[in-house]
Amino acid sequence: MKASRQTTLIASILLVACLGGSVLLLRGLDRVRSGATLEEVLYVPSPQALKRMSLGYDGLLADIYWTRAVQYFGTKFHAGAEHYDLLAPLLEITTNLDPHLIVAYQYGGNFLAPKPPHGAGMPQRAIQLMEYGIRNNPDDWHLYYQLGFIYYMDLKDYGHAADAFARGSRVPNAHPWLKLLSGFMAERAGDINTARMMWTTTFETTYDKSIKANAAAHLRALQVDEDVTKLEGAVARYKERSGHLPSSFGDLTAAGMLRGTPRDPLGNLYKLTSDGRVELQSPDDFPFVEKGTPPGYVPPRVPKLLPTD
Amino acid sequence: MTAIEILGLEKTYNVGFWRKRPKCALRPLHMQVEEGEIFGFLGPNGAGKTTTLKLLMGLVFPTSGSARILGMETHDPRMRAQIGFLPEQPYFYDYLTARELLEYYAGLSGVPAKERSRRSQEMLERVGLHDAGGLQLRKFSKGMLQRVGIAQAILHEPKVVFFDEPMSGLDPMGRREVRDLMDQLRQEGKTVFFSTHILSDAEALCDRVAIIHLGELRGIGSVADLTSSAQNRVELIWQGPSVPSSLRALGAEPHIAGSTVRATLLEANQDAAIEALRRERLRLISVVPVRASLEDYFVQKLKPTEAVAGGRQ
Amino acid sequence: MNSRIGLIASNTFREAVRDRVLYNLIAFALLMSGAAILVGQISIDIERLVVINLGLTAVSLFGIVIAIFIGIGLVSKEIERRTLYTVLSRPVRRWEFIAGKFMGLAGTLVVNAFFMAIGVFAALLYVSHHFQASDRWLLVALYFIILQFLIITSLALFFSSFSSPLMAAVFAFALFVIGTFAEDLRGFGAMAKGVVRWLATGAAYLVPNFSALNVISSVAHQRPVSGQLILYNTAYALIYTLMAVCGAVLIFERRNLK
Repeated sequence: MKASRQTTLIASILLVACLGGSVLLLRGLDRVRSGATLEEVLYVPSPQALKRMSLGYDGLLADIYWTRAVQYFGTKFHAGAEHYDLLAPLLEITTNLDPHLIVAYQYGGNFLAPKPPHGAGMPQRAIQLMEYGIRNNPDDWHLYYQLGFIYYMDLKDYGHAADAFARGSRVPNAHPWLKLLSGFMAERAGDINTARMMWTTTFETTYDKSIKANAAAHLRALQVDEDVTKLEGAVARYKERSGHLPSSFGDLTAAGMLRGTPRDPLGNLYKLTSDGRVELQSPDDFPFVEKGTPPGYVPPRVPKLLPTD
Repeated sequence: MTAIEILGLEKTYNVGFWRKRPKCALRPLHMQVEEGEIFGFLGPNGAGKTTTLKLLMGLVFPTSGSARILGMETHDPRMRAQIGFLPEQPYFYDYLTARELLEYYAGLSGVPAKERSRRSQEMLERVGLHDAGGLQLRKFSKGMLQRVGIAQAILHEPKVVFFDEPMSGLDPMGRREVRDLMDQLRQEGKTVFFSTHILSDAEALCDRVAIIHLGELRGIGSVADLTSSAQNRVELIWQGPSVPSSLRALGAEPHIAGSTVRATLLEANQDAAIEALRRERLRLISVVPVRASLEDYFVQKLKPTEAVAGGRQ
Repeated sequence: MNSRIGLIASNTFREAVRDRVLYNLIAFALLMSGAAILVGQISIDIERLVVINLGLTAVSLFGIVIAIFIGIGLVSKEIERRTLYTVLSRPVRRWEFIAGKFMGLAGTLVVNAFFMAIGVFAALLYVSHHFQASDRWLLVALYFIILQFLIITSLALFFSSFSSPLMAAVFAFALFVIGTFAEDLRGFGAMAKGVVRWLATGAAYLVPNFSALNVISSVAHQRPVSGQLILYNTAYALIYTLMAVCGAVLIFERRNLK
């Protein structure tokens, strides 16, 4: 009298099998057409057209495109990509749909401009994006800051950078460092402290995890570069004074040229090589360092960005 | 052989959206219907007749108990091919014509494709719809739909047919025709199980009846057996304006209409009453036994619980 | 196929036809001829693109609307009108009823899509005067659209097996929208952490994924569709459909038809 037991059994087994099968097939589909959905952006006639077609749901669509941009960059970044062709269109569509999505501009500033593998290597597209953002959000100092940042870091165009920082410093509630940065551009553009100030600003004022991790890595790299310069200077002075290289940092401490045992920003001891150079124990953890790497060091294809928390 | 065997069929529905309260639609029901009989399933509206039929058709699942039709389980497709069912106030695919509907149902019941159209035509004639076969069912009246319903129930020559309120929506002519049809079905050796709340239909047709009320079986048996348990009365009619006082003493309740008087009293007092009339020289016109009706039995069976139910409210 | 399933399917098809479902083809024909004439006038090399994009999108939307609006009533309407009583008291198993209903509606949609496809090709011929080799990919896009119909129909049937038509319509339409963005849902999941991540990822795999089945814009740009994609999409759509139909059977098998 009950529901047919046989039908129930067969239908249940089929249901579970189909569920498993559909998951496997979806994974297969992802492999077959990796990024095919994203490639649609190449067919979008213009972001304005898409906005009109979104029937008023442009905010939601902007969020979706923003997620796609982050996913796109993140996935390719971890695969060690050399090209990020879709990042610019994705961000442009996102900001056209929602011109007030500040984090999208920040993301663009940090990952669109730098050269591969750290970014898409499109500083001009990034500048266009920032100028578009500034037109739509003239009161947000982040965008001026980001613009100056791109000029400074990626184009080494200190004049335009100073100009961008100066424009930003006049916005109400602007970060006080913008005025300082604008001044620094003229005389101390290559100074390590200027760079540090900029990365600190980025680190402190963003909510985006990957932007934060990127800034933290840069700050650590600046610290390493500074440490290594100082330590190697001390080694050189020791050699000058005693005629031979120190065998360990202990010799430098004993000579009163160093306090304590030097550690890198991640808390590991620096290495002193027999030919008097200072090296990191694990240079792979410091993607952007210019010093402290062994001779002939090749950085890993995929830069290692440690999480900030 | 037993056509229908109901073994403790019980159905409790849960009503209410948030807090489900059990509502008993059918208390454990035990009964049997023999092959070849017309069985009437009687009860007032809401007694559980339709629930029982739906349980038998496998449309709802019982809370407990089971039933067998022609010795097979209710979900057995082989059994389903041998039964016919007319639901209460049937409603059909109104975009079909009567003929299309019957052919479709014939197919579902396993009638071979070659025979479907002939069989449908025969059925339409049998229920008096031969002119309306090509008409879409949305244009059918309630009575015509009832006829289509009967046609679809007997179309595949089932051994047992179940009719839920087959006379409802029919005019007196139609009721007569349905009665005749059920009689024919019995003559063809089929078992007919039908529910009704109209007692005269049952009385005229049934070999046996069951009375159900508030989900509970109150009585089952042949119409004659059930009615004989009620006391028999006679009706006397005589001419002359007076009513003898001795007659009143016998419990007669006279109704005077012009110069004729009519009174009913227990059969046992019949002789004494006739004697009294003769003594008064009144002219006796007729003595007619009043057969106890199913209605009397029915009323008698339903009364106690209604009183209890009424008292509870 | 079992003959009862076939009978139920053809009756479902007949119902759709008699309820004038195919009248949508008139609206479609008007739309296509209007579009063809209009783009024919303004032509600046994108006539083909516009006709293909508009045509295929219309085929898809018309079909999905029909699939939802008929699908939701497939079971619940029969219960409500009690037409089911006289069907299920016959030697018809409940799963056969569900399977027949599904096939009937799927068949309706395929026939409907076939006529609409003729319309798209006619409009294409009108604006560009000849067919190109790359137009064969249009057939693939249409095939994928039909696969979408199967999924939507099975879902509408699934919801119809336990909820009212209105709710079933809401559920089915919501799943259609979510399914269009299923890949993005997976993206959201990947960005989240802990329980949310599991839930979002699980949901993203459970909802139908329509993004792979939508190749309209790529086909409009005359890009080929890989055989592997055709294979995977076919398998996915059929398996997903079967899953939803099994769900409908499991629920319907247990329903008390009050």
